[in-house]
Amino acid sequence: MSERYTITETSVGSFLQAMTASGRRVLGPKLVAGRIEIADINTFADVVQNGQSVVSAKGVVFPKVERLLKYRFEGKNIALEDVEPQAQPTVLFGLRPCEARAFHALDVVFNWDSKDKFFNTRMANTTVVGLSCTQADESCFCTSLGSRPDDTQGSDILLSPLKAGGFVAEVLTDKGKALVALAKDTFQPLADDAALVPPATVAPAFDAKALQQELAAMFDSPLWAEQSLRCLGCGACAFVCPTCVCFDIQDEADTKQGQRLRAWDSCGMRIFTLHASGHNPRDKQSQRWRQRVYHKFAYYPERLGTLGCVGCGKCSRACPVDMNLKQHLAQVAEAASQG
Amino acid sequence: MEALQNKAKELLAASAVKVVIGYGKGTGESRRPIFVRAAERAGDLVVDTACTQNLATYLTKAEVRALGRIAIVAIPSTLRSILQLAAEKQLREENVLALAIVDGGVRELATFDAIEEAVATIPDAIGEADQKMIDKLTAMSVGERRAFWADELGRCVKCYACRSSCPMCYCERCTMDCNRPQWIPVASHAIGNLEYHMVRAMHLAGRCVECGTCGAACPVGIPVHLLTFFAEQTVRRQFGQKGGASAKLDYAMSTFKPDDKETFIR
Repeated sequence: MSERYTITETSVGSFLQAMTASGRRVLGPKLVAGRIEIADINTFADVVQNGQSVVSAKGVVFPKVERLLKYRFEGKNIALEDVEPQAQPTVLFGLRPCEARAFHALDVVFNWDSKDKFFNTRMANTTVVGLSCTQADESCFCTSLGSRPDDTQGSDILLSPLKAGGFVAEVLTDKGKALVALAKDTFQPLADDAALVPPATVAPAFDAKALQQELAAMFDSPLWAEQSLRCLGCGACAFVCPTCVCFDIQDEADTKQGQRLRAWDSCGMRIFTLHASGHNPRDKQSQRWRQRVYHKFAYYPERLGTLGCVGCGKCSRACPVDMNLKQHLAQVAEAASQG
Repeated sequence: MEALQNKAKELLAASAVKVVIGYGKGTGESRRPIFVRAAERAGDLVVDTACTQNLATYLTKAEVRALGRIAIVAIPSTLRSILQLAAEKQLREENVLALAIVDGGVRELATFDAIEEAVATIPDAIGEADQKMIDKLTAMSVGERRAFWADELGRCVKCYACRSSCPMCYCERCTMDCNRPQWIPVASHAIGNLEYHMVRAMHLAGRCVECGTCGAACPVGIPVHLLTFFAEQTVRRQFGQKGGASAKLDYAMSTFKPDDKETFIR
């Protein structure tokens, strides 16, 4: 059972200071040169309370580039050297609830068969303090995926703004409790008459469960080519996405030594599936676009029991040609209903 | 706007073209590229000051080419792109019709000569803010400039939105994607990012049409277009040649002329 408190804006400042004093790095949505980035949070004023960061916070647990191992050539032998993940205790503060939920979609892949020590170590050292959205935009669609702007899933603590100022703090996990314990005095008991600012209104555009069923019969639909005609085949959508988990393994070596790296990759790019033979099973952009949709809305739920999307809309906002995922999915659902 | 819609309708109805590439309503107040393939959809076309993306990128895309003869709504940089693509033998005159947006009206430009003539009358102007930044960067010491770009490129995630949105980045196999050998590191670390952007700027020197679409495409706001603008201006200064001015040219960076300036050799 979660514990609920209230915390004033001033006390949030003290809470942040206590986190920093405990050696934790505090990151959150912050305005940097006109863009919202996941950046160092020093004071409460740094926290942008509505609107989406351009790039997601997934880099905290799954960096864009990370070293997995090192090796040296010693005569005829190769000496391998393990690399330990660097995982500074981190608090993601004021994260959007959709992004907080996204870590689960990464977790199911990084712990599918082998347990990924890099991801797991970082995740274990990360505490998520979510912040309910009171505003949304045309690209948001969390409610179409069975979620909502004040969803608690994935947060260790969820803050929801009070009409009178300050927040309700819902402490949801042991990690959350440990964080609260750093500055217990900053929290007050929840008053019975505490009125919340209403969460953002996000009208559902389609139903993800129905969509999953519908996709089963739509693999050969002409819609994929139609929708993807303007797609440029870049990786902007995948690289800002909080749940896109595909990576590339790259060895960088000279004649004496080398290192093995894991780097973000994107199914939207032509070479993603290019075989050494020259054959490419997804030679056309329409096939790559379809794969993106199917992976998130059909294959993920089928195989991993969760959607591969949280409806944050970052992909739509980052797309240079305005491939709006919410609109496209609504169009797919509509086409399915018309048979 | 109505003039354009009527023109598109007429062209599609007469099967003079199979597709009109233009701008349509996007998310919120934004504009997005649209592909009008039926006369009755011509009303989807929009023309206003928000139409700034260079659509010429689509002229070399296989899926778009497969549709048949193309009419393309053209802002000045689109016209320059067509000429540059023509000069590089990437475009046949009979396959493309430019619908130039001039003074609120629409002008049909069916030949490269006509486009060349139109382009000659359009003053080439990069934005004032961009020129200011280039001047500022040029005035910097090498160290300051390196620090500026290290900071900017630190945000790069190598999504290649700049490359994908650029009408001149049409290579079927970009050097970045060649992995036998792997010329440029794939990973988005400091060296990987720097080498990518340097190679791209060098490859666009003398070919960049200065549309700025690459910079606008960057999701993390890196002004990558300043790199290609600078490279472009350098070639212009050295060889008096500019990207997108003519459908017939011997590209400065791959053509030796006995009277080429050699002042850059120090």
